[in-house]
Amino acid sequence: MTHETLSSSSSQAPATASAWTVTTRNRASSVAALLIVAVLLAGIAAPFFASRSVLQDLFFILTMLTLAQCWNLLAGYAGLVSVGQQAFVGFGAYVMAASVALGGFDPVVAILFGGLAAMLLSVPTAFFVFRLHGAYFAIGTWVIAEVVRLLLAQWKALGGGTGTSLPTGVARELPGVRLVADWFGVRPAQAADMVYYWLALLLACAAIGFAYRLLRSKQGLGLAAVRDNGQAARAVGIDPNRIRFAVYLAAAFVTGLAGALIYLQKARISPDAAFSVTDWTAYVIFIVVIGGIGTIEGPIVGVIVFFILRNLFADYGSWYLLVLGLLGIAVMLFAPRGLWGLFTDRTAIQLFPVRRILAGQAKTKDIRGSD
Amino acid sequence: MNWLDTIVQGILLGGLYALFAAGLSLVFGIMRLVNLAHGDLIVLAAFLLLVLVSALGLNPFVAALVALPVMYAIGWGLQFLVLNRTIGDDILPPLLVTFGLSVVIQNALLQGFSADSRRVPVGALESASLQIGPISVGTMPLFTFLSAVGVIVGLNLIFYRTGLGRAFRATSDDRATAGLMGIRADRIFATATGLAMVVVTIAALFLGTRANFDPTMGPARLIYAFEAVIIGGLGSFWGTLAGGVIIGVAQTLGAAINPEWQILAGHLAFLLVLLVRPRGLFPRALD
Repeated sequence: MTHETLSSSSSQAPATASAWTVTTRNRASSVAALLIVAVLLAGIAAPFFASRSVLQDLFFILTMLTLAQCWNLLAGYAGLVSVGQQAFVGFGAYVMAASVALGGFDPVVAILFGGLAAMLLSVPTAFFVFRLHGAYFAIGTWVIAEVVRLLLAQWKALGGGTGTSLPTGVARELPGVRLVADWFGVRPAQAADMVYYWLALLLACAAIGFAYRLLRSKQGLGLAAVRDNGQAARAVGIDPNRIRFAVYLAAAFVTGLAGALIYLQKARISPDAAFSVTDWTAYVIFIVVIGGIGTIEGPIVGVIVFFILRNLFADYGSWYLLVLGLLGIAVMLFAPRGLWGLFTDRTAIQLFPVRRILAGQAKTKDIRGSD
Repeated sequence: MNWLDTIVQGILLGGLYALFAAGLSLVFGIMRLVNLAHGDLIVLAAFLLLVLVSALGLNPFVAALVALPVMYAIGWGLQFLVLNRTIGDDILPPLLVTFGLSVVIQNALLQGFSADSRRVPVGALESASLQIGPISVGTMPLFTFLSAVGVIVGLNLIFYRTGLGRAFRATSDDRATAGLMGIRADRIFATATGLAMVVVTIAALFLGTRANFDPTMGPARLIYAFEAVIIGGLGSFWGTLAGGVIIGVAQTLGAAINPEWQILAGHLAFLLVLLVRPRGLFPRALD
């Protein structure tokens, strides 16, 4: 029956098309789009009513969210489980620090340098680690991160193993800080926090936007095909390694930007901190796993849970990581799709719908995939 | 004779790395599982030895004998109750669960023993040495290396000469068919991890008596072990020993040039092998 309907409709009007369309939109996502715009507007306006400490907390949340989205893109979609993303955080941060402290560049330009440098680093890194598969890929990325850390610890101009502080006043040189301070009548230190926050917000939105666009594009479809069945994907002409390499490069770029921004705000850098596997990889992995790997919403949920746990257990030192680790193990064993997976299983709500749904009776406009 | 001395020290250090790596190699060979908590389990075993030695006043070697069945039971239970649930086509669950385990063990040890450096005392053996020709060799490092060789020989014997080894190999080759022959894969996997923990305990004995250790040094041991396995080629125990020796020699040579380059030199040797022989020097398993 269906087949008949389809063929008859297309024979009658071949140019205007069939009764079927592929869409990713659903009712919840249309509501969600409004919600997201509202949250975004509130986010942009936050510095005007939030205190400095809240802004700093939000900065932390947003930068961790950026890192989590990058790792999620790698592990959740491209099947590249990296335990070495701290290589790009640290390298981006170091190149930023060198550009500011030694090169005298504008801090925002230095952040871009950091991102680009991390992307450049990812090319030789990929050359080595793409020779390894699965778990060995994971430890391979870790080895590379260690190598980069040990090499940068030899860089005496940036303090060697003990690290260095960025020149004082670098925060005030940030473009817009003076402007913000004059316009809103706040002290330069507070204005700097506001600008840092906006930069982090911009970066997090860009990371989410990039992941969303990618997953809805042809390349994203290829990525999902490779993840679900590598051989079948290859059979229809998708080169898994090429697409994985592209994702690896992009993730390194964004991770490098985040690293540079984080250390610009910290204004103090050392190899052990900038290449910390706990801070930049373990936390990020737990955020993604607890929130829900392989979804864009997962890291957002995860980073909120992570932040709440951090505030609850911050005074208990290693108990905090212990609980986080146990929670991560429990989620992986009993709810492998994370908290967001549990939620979406019950409600079928998707805020960032990337799954293509075959829907009937729609207009030609939608077939071309305008949205 | 300085260089000869450095290389010999490196070979002996390589024995320790081979001990770190042998357990990893065994588990990977049988179930294609990489335990990211391997290094932390070594440190855990070292703390267990420390407790036995300091609380009960046992000789470290006797303490190791007591610790062996305990660690075997921990490994068996860990595999049977937790890790078996993660084995499948998807590589993500075992990686993330063992990574979580690594963080849990590390922080539990930090909580229980603080971040202080510890050492398992072995009395006069600590500084004893043998004069072999022009070079002087520490008794404990030599003993470490001989133990590594012994462990490799033992693992090869178990793997290729016993019924258990046949079951290991059969399960590794084809789990379903082995099941039809009456082999219960979940128990075989648990036994393999238990056996790996026995090797881990031996490694911990030499780690704990050779130098200071603290709760956070597990991941670095995992990386050395991993490098040794990859250099040697997946699935080859003798290859793992060779890999350990290469890392050990590279590290002591690096340290002889500049003390800051010790660890870096080991990593660079690994990357060099990965560049020239991506499947390692003596590959056996195809993966």
